[in-house]
Amino acid sequence: MAIMQKKTEQKIAFTFFRSLSLVVVAILFWILGFIIYNGAGVIDWEFLTTAPSDGMTGGGIFPAIAGTLYLILGSSMVAFPLGILSAVYTSEYAGNGYIIRFIRIMTNNLSGIPSIIFGLFGMALFVNTLEFGDSIIAGSFTLGLLTLPLVIRTTEEALRAIPDTFRIGSLALGATQLQTIRRITMPMAFPNIITGLILSIGRVSGETAPILFTVAAYFLPKLPQSIFDQVMALPYHLYVIATSGTDLEATRPIAYGTALVLIIIVLLMNLLASFLRKKFRKL
Amino acid sequence: MKRIFERIIEFALIVCGTITTLVILLMVIFLFKEGTGFFRNSMVEKGYALCVQEENPVDELTSAQIKQIFDYEIENWNELGGNNEAITPFRLEEIFNRYPEEEWGENYELLPGKLEEIINETPGIIAFLPVQYLPKAKILHDEHLLPDDFFAGSEWIPTATPAPQFGLLPLLMGTLWVSFFAILIALPLGLGVAIYLSELAGARMRQFLKPAIELLAGIPSVVYGFFGLVVLVPLLQKSLHLPVGETALAGSLILAVMALPTIITLAEDAMRNTPQAIREASLGLGANHWQTIYRVVIPYSISGISAAVVLGIGRAIGETMAVLMVTGNAAVIPHSLFDPVRTIPATIAAELGEAPAGGAHYQALFLLGCILFIITMLISITAEFISKRQPNGLG
Repeated sequence: MAIMQKKTEQKIAFTFFRSLSLVVVAILFWILGFIIYNGAGVIDWEFLTTAPSDGMTGGGIFPAIAGTLYLILGSSMVAFPLGILSAVYTSEYAGNGYIIRFIRIMTNNLSGIPSIIFGLFGMALFVNTLEFGDSIIAGSFTLGLLTLPLVIRTTEEALRAIPDTFRIGSLALGATQLQTIRRITMPMAFPNIITGLILSIGRVSGETAPILFTVAAYFLPKLPQSIFDQVMALPYHLYVIATSGTDLEATRPIAYGTALVLIIIVLLMNLLASFLRKKFRKL
Repeated sequence: MKRIFERIIEFALIVCGTITTLVILLMVIFLFKEGTGFFRNSMVEKGYALCVQEENPVDELTSAQIKQIFDYEIENWNELGGNNEAITPFRLEEIFNRYPEEEWGENYELLPGKLEEIINETPGIIAFLPVQYLPKAKILHDEHLLPDDFFAGSEWIPTATPAPQFGLLPLLMGTLWVSFFAILIALPLGLGVAIYLSELAGARMRQFLKPAIELLAGIPSVVYGFFGLVVLVPLLQKSLHLPVGETALAGSLILAVMALPTIITLAEDAMRNTPQAIREASLGLGANHWQTIYRVVIPYSISGISAAVVLGIGRAIGETMAVLMVTGNAAVIPHSLFDPVRTIPATIAAELGEAPAGGAHYQALFLLGCILFIITMLISITAEFISKRQPNGLG
């Protein structure tokens, strides 16, 4: 009898967990399906290559796409070198002392800080104190700092996955530590590092809160002339046309299209990352 | 030569290694520099002062009292420790009704005299006037904003004149309500999926579920907000017959979905770390699979699971855009899930663009940033502390 009860209990519990998983997947497909269904008809060549017109009710989203690309490029130039070098230091040079533990805790905490705080900080430091104004450079620095913990963590994990025997072997052959890192460790860790970098690009392209006050422009049909210009950006554009248009009905299709473009970018980054991960694993 | 070169590079590495620490330090400096500046602002709007008759025994008022006077909620001086006398609030604009324009003087130089007349004529008057036209009258002592006004203030009306209200409570309550219910929804869902993924799912199911959850984490928050705005909000409004669909509930639901990937991934990792030997021992003693899960695997990984939940809460508290788009943004203390609310991050995002740099409002928003920063730091540290703990009697 007790065994029967045990069995039914197990059956009920397992069915419950399985259906919860299905619920989560269903939510994902609901969101994706909704945006794809409504946005697919909007996206065409003209939508991707022209500027918004008629008070955001017509035209395309080209300046926003270009702006997001600029920001991806700019923030990568900040976060990638800093993050990778930082990870090399913490995992290859520093031991396990207090300082390194402190740095690690700080890196963890940095990744938990909400993105709006980065926006505030970026505004106080880059826009006001350093007087960059609302500009690509201020936005890039802000977004770069935001993704820094992600880049550091993935690089550290990639480096830690390499067995110590390789390092010891290289050092035994007379290579200096720097040579070991440059010739042995980094090349081996490279595929995993790249995967992390791609994911961080996906993150940057969707962030809105940090660029609200550091770079994003409401409407700017021209492309920027220098790094001290403002740009439009996809996520901010979506926020603007979803909430504050004069004619919400007329801007809805454009909002669907913008949301779809954003999702496609994120999807592509995720796919690329998992493709690379699989490919390198086979090698 | 090569030696020197290596030394330089190593030094550069050390600098980079400490960069995150520096960033956090800089953040603390900038946030708190602007934020604490808030308490150096006076209660009354900059460039203005409050005047009363010379005989009035009241010397100072709190920020909330000033606001209530000008909203006609406090109507007698005896409520404020003064004489039994009706209060007559007076703003500069009202002078247009009393004196024709010719009598002000060419550069308004006669204005202070006229104002003095008005104040002397009207017992119980309290006049809100620009500093450059101040008449000879008793000027109320202009206190700095006090921590009490901020931390215990129950109203957030940064544009109110003469005394803007910067009360933290409605925003803090809004944040806590939305996050609390988000976690209440996300917790069973997330743990269920984590158990399924780590203990039950086959390899093929995992290969399908893991990327799906990664994708759920990858969807930008503004897209979640947009989805909430066009799907969830009308749906809630219709099905629950609410006056507005933009409520705390809509925010909680969206946040729950957004916190799910964090909870699922971390809790699953924690459960998978349970040593195989312990599981096998449990099965060997005659426990079935389910009993092993809830008597052995979950207790063993409880610290990791708790850390996952704490970090999920952190994610929910700090989330800005999605919440900003679906919660209706009414800065009042919420009484039910079906009220519109406004959270701390949403307030910063919505108002910073309009607040003039360096003003009281601007600094109040930075102070909100400090509060948010402290909350999330505490959450990170708590999570770290919990996940370090060894399970009781095991391990």
